[in-house]
Amino acid sequence: MARPGARQALAALAMLAMLAVRPAAAQELIADLSHHVIEIASDFTGTELLVFGAMEGEGDIVAVVRGPREAVTVRKKARIFGIWMNARAARFSSVPGFYGIAATRAPEEIAALETRRLLEMGTDSLRLDPEAGLDAATVAEFRAALVAARQAEGLFPVRPGRVDTAAGRLFRARIPFPAALPTGRYVADVYLMRDGQAVAAQSLPLSVAKAGLGAAIYDFAHRQGPLYGLLAVAAAAVAGFAASALFGRRR
Amino acid sequence: MFQIYLPIAEMSVDIFLLLGMGGVVGFLSGLFGVGGGFLMTPLLIFIGVPPPVAVGSEVNQVVAASVSGFLAHWRRRQVDFKMGAVLLAGGMAGSAFGVWLFGILRQIGQIDLVISISYVVMLGAIGALMLAEAARTILRRHAGQGARRKAHVHHWGHGLPFKMRFRTSRLYISALLPVALGFLGGLLAAIMGVGGGFMMVPAMIYLLGMPVGVVIGTSLFQITFVTAAATFLHAINTQTVDVLLAGLLTLGAVIGAQLGTRVGAELRGEELRGLLALVVLGVAATLLWRLVAQPASLFTLAVTGAP
Repeated sequence: MARPGARQALAALAMLAMLAVRPAAAQELIADLSHHVIEIASDFTGTELLVFGAMEGEGDIVAVVRGPREAVTVRKKARIFGIWMNARAARFSSVPGFYGIAATRAPEEIAALETRRLLEMGTDSLRLDPEAGLDAATVAEFRAALVAARQAEGLFPVRPGRVDTAAGRLFRARIPFPAALPTGRYVADVYLMRDGQAVAAQSLPLSVAKAGLGAAIYDFAHRQGPLYGLLAVAAAAVAGFAASALFGRRR
Repeated sequence: MFQIYLPIAEMSVDIFLLLGMGGVVGFLSGLFGVGGGFLMTPLLIFIGVPPPVAVGSEVNQVVAASVSGFLAHWRRRQVDFKMGAVLLAGGMAGSAFGVWLFGILRQIGQIDLVISISYVVMLGAIGALMLAEAARTILRRHAGQGARRKAHVHHWGHGLPFKMRFRTSRLYISALLPVALGFLGGLLAAIMGVGGGFMMVPAMIYLLGMPVGVVIGTSLFQITFVTAAATFLHAINTQTVDVLLAGLLTLGAVIGAQLGTRVGAELRGEELRGLLALVVLGVAATLLWRLVAQPASLFTLAVTGAP
């Protein structure tokens, strides 16, 4: 896991690089996040990410926050011999673990479908990369189920959040994070949209990491399986010996 | 109120709920001399623990329970180590096969179903047998008849090759029988997270013809090592062993089992045994209902790897 300090330094460097290369664009749009690191301890009940900044001139602001992508299999149950069991499945090979969006207006009013798909503006515009060989109806059905399930967990928004503007220059948006937030590298992309096109953009990194005993146990179990297994067996054996020594001889 | 985060189950649970569940199941196991794994795994599923994690963690807890039971029987010299070793040879193979099967079933998305169906079948059968046994004993007591049973029955199994002599059990039988029995026990441990004593003990008495005195100690010896192997293999292959969950259940179970043993020593069992049978059947019925009732959502999501 990278140190938060190093990550922030990298982010600052990236911003400097942007300033150097595209001074005009950087002046048109400057944005930052309230957090660059989110630590999930055992008492984490969710939080809110504030995306804020300033823009120059007319236009709409769209903020898109994406978590690390992973492959997800969606399974559908059917009744077979009276029992509900998983019968059909569709695999989507690139699903963001978290997806959040906020915009000054509805994304449909800001850009055409093609642009929205390119920038992944809205849950209907996500590239999820369904497996090849499925018919369109199946893909649509399982895709809708995937989005609905993620919405129920608070990992996808039910509708885009609002971007508040002040003095026609300053903006801010809140992206809610649920308790069951997946860990990894996140990216918050902020776009200044004009006439259906992104005229300026800024990409802000964000790291979500588990902290505390739970994270240590999880990491240990997944990275050092054999050692973890031996310790689990040893702990149980010691508990059994202890119980036997405490109570066994009295019988 | 006192929520604790279970790192492998990836959920928060009230710590006293877990201690209480461990205590109640431990009490029952002390009272009736059963392992308790077959009740604990379904209970964990009912409180929302993913079935694979319930199995992996419960098999870890059974290690602790069977170690202390085994030690008690060892002190009284009620263990046939040679028979235990032969059972164990089958058990190791069975648990390795079971963990491998478990991984494949999980990959194709059918592990939850297989765990539930296994429990419905097993708990239904055990509950019905226990209820019938309790009813028969109660009826017989009222009729005033004494129970008589043949000590040793010859059957097809005695014609098998690879005969071995087991001095402690005073047996000369084919090694294939205990190996096969052990294999089945190992399979149950890996797939269901139970020790399998409820199946092993009657099979050792009726199928192998072992003397009742050494059966429980020998089965506990075998269960200790088979569940240890299953825990280890699950930790490597499926990462479903939650040590925090297993530890809390063990803590509750140790205390509950002490109380249960003391209460059990003073009570006559048939009515209680009938009651346990009803509990077991109730758990089986609940699991069956969850299989046949229309689920709230037909869709489930599983993360199946990196993009």
